[in-house]
Amino acid sequence: MEDSGKAYWSATLRLLYGIMAVWTFVTFGAGILFVDFFNKIHLGGYPLGFWFAHQGTIYIYIALIFIYAKKMNEIDRRFDVHED
Amino acid sequence: MELQTTIYLVVGATFALYIAIAIWARAGSTSEFYVAGGGVPPVMNGMATAADWMSAASFISMAGLIANMGYGGGLFLMGWTGGYVLLAMLLAPYLRKFGKFTVPQFIGDRYYSKTASMVAVFCLLTASLTYIIGQMTGVGVAFSRFLGVSSDTGIYVGMAIVFMYAVFGGMKGITYTQVAQYIVLIFAYTVPAIFISMHLTGNPIPQLGLGSDMVGSDVSLLAKLDQVVVDLGFGQYTTTTAGSTLNMFVYTLSLMIGTAGLPHVIMRFFTVPTVKDARSSAGWALIFIAILYTTAPAVAAMAKLNLHGTVNTAVTKGGDLFAVESSIKNEDRPDWMKRWEKTGLLKFTDKNGDGRIQYYNDATKNTEAKAKSAAAGWKGNELEVNADIIVLANPEIALLPNWVIALVAAGGLAAALSTAAGLLMAISSSVSHDLIKGIFVPDISEKGELLAGKISMAVAIVVAGYLGLNPPGFAAGTVALAFGIAASSLFPAIMMGIFSKKMNKEGAIAGMLAGLFITLFYVFAHKGIFFIKGTEFLPLIGGANSFFGITPEAFGAIGAIVNFVTAYLVDKVTAEPPEHIQHMVEAVRTPRGSKAVSGAH
Repeated sequence: MEDSGKAYWSATLRLLYGIMAVWTFVTFGAGILFVDFFNKIHLGGYPLGFWFAHQGTIYIYIALIFIYAKKMNEIDRRFDVHED
Repeated sequence: MELQTTIYLVVGATFALYIAIAIWARAGSTSEFYVAGGGVPPVMNGMATAADWMSAASFISMAGLIANMGYGGGLFLMGWTGGYVLLAMLLAPYLRKFGKFTVPQFIGDRYYSKTASMVAVFCLLTASLTYIIGQMTGVGVAFSRFLGVSSDTGIYVGMAIVFMYAVFGGMKGITYTQVAQYIVLIFAYTVPAIFISMHLTGNPIPQLGLGSDMVGSDVSLLAKLDQVVVDLGFGQYTTTTAGSTLNMFVYTLSLMIGTAGLPHVIMRFFTVPTVKDARSSAGWALIFIAILYTTAPAVAAMAKLNLHGTVNTAVTKGGDLFAVESSIKNEDRPDWMKRWEKTGLLKFTDKNGDGRIQYYNDATKNTEAKAKSAAAGWKGNELEVNADIIVLANPEIALLPNWVIALVAAGGLAAALSTAAGLLMAISSSVSHDLIKGIFVPDISEKGELLAGKISMAVAIVVAGYLGLNPPGFAAGTVALAFGIAASSLFPAIMMGIFSKKMNKEGAIAGMLAGLFITLFYVFAHKGIFFIKGTEFLPLIGGANSFFGITPEAFGAIGAIVNFVTAYLVDKVTAEPPEHIQHMVEAVRTPRGSKAVSGAH
């Protein structure tokens, strides 16, 4: 049980790091630090960097939360710690 | 029908709806009062969270800020939504598993310390009270603009309405009212945007319209806007940052951490039935928030273009922006401008005495714009536009029907009232549960606590109303303070409580105090000690924004880092937390065995 508890937690943290990496990249990378680079690419009438800062990151955040929720449910079941 | 009558009808109908919900959703137990019985389904909870979160500032001011700032305004969009990812992954499910009523209760139990709980109560009350002042003034503003009553009367009416559903319904009444308020405010926000997007780009979806070409041309809307504002001496819309890139970076991060640490937002995740629901509920909340937040940049850019097009005919027709006949004559200005001039939000001063309105950036560093405007005989910018107009007058600028204008009025009120109610809930639960039950009268009966909760709610409404009627001179700076406190004290303490088994009470308390102190120090240095004018001490810290050019509003993330580092260092040199606390942290980390939320210790 002790070992499975540790394994559950490290699986949780791995997922967390993955999500955080994407979150950091889109916000601070595409949206802020490398915005000039992305602005050279166009998405319809949007410069891409501007699109990230004003639109894209928000859609990606939503996707990230639902991916996280889904994967966490899988992890819960795998380690048999899910509710009911 | 007269515009005024339509507004009364629409606003009256929404108020009747809120009161009907209040009567239906009376709270009978402390569990219903504090956490709506813990039985709100995730989608509905998401909607209520969205209404709770989106304040008068989001609804009325944000698009205007973005219109002024351009690309840099994206920091509000990213900062106020990205925090939900942190909430969903770092806090919400674990706090739900912990299964208690309030944030200070978690901090008090996890750090086995009444002192820690008290520090958290102090942070919570300061953050929530400062935040609520803005909401109450927002209620007053919306009433006075749309209903033609004084701002004071507006605040009294607002207080009475909130009183009815918050005091009797508690979290249950508030949650179900917020669902209705969300629906009202989202319609109010999107309907004008759809009309305007259709009109400018032919695409009815504002999020796509912003990336489309102008009707009847192959120039994209953003390229057109960029060109117009640059010619008039403003910064390029799609690239102007908010201060330095570093400042924008830190500002965005501060808003994210602050969002995740605000107690009235965290509290929403105590109301869902299970840990699993707490995770997805944050996603639903963000979907509902995103509908407004992705529309806002479209509203901002399109209204800005419309506004320039209104006063300068060359914007839409083409030709020379600086030609004499391009600037419209003051007497030919549209009616909506005359209406908003009365409120003082729009102001025309004929500086060069030619009877025409010249709207441009007279402080520009763009030499070409400077030379052209001087050659045209322009003697300075003649139109002052308050940022709030972008949303409030938007339907009028686009010449939309009266019912749309009435809807915007009802939406603004819904946004302010729903956030005020959520904040009042955070304040009253903290007073009745953490202070009265936790410290002063630990053996209070459930009935007594419920009564105490209702009384503290009533008192909180009166205090909030008083502050709204007599806003302290610092009202404008307070939202920055609320976010700063939430980011620098509450968020790190909760996060370490979950993710570090070994974090002890000494570390947590020292961290919270250090984060709080450094943030207040930096904010007060710029804005005065407790915002009293004349007590700024900028020379002491080496001038304005002296810390790497970071503005006080953006400082919360630095405060959070100070909190983490201090807590870590103090934790290293003091005793480990007791065994049972470490077991408690392990239990909080796994969903199995989650129970209905109860306040019992």
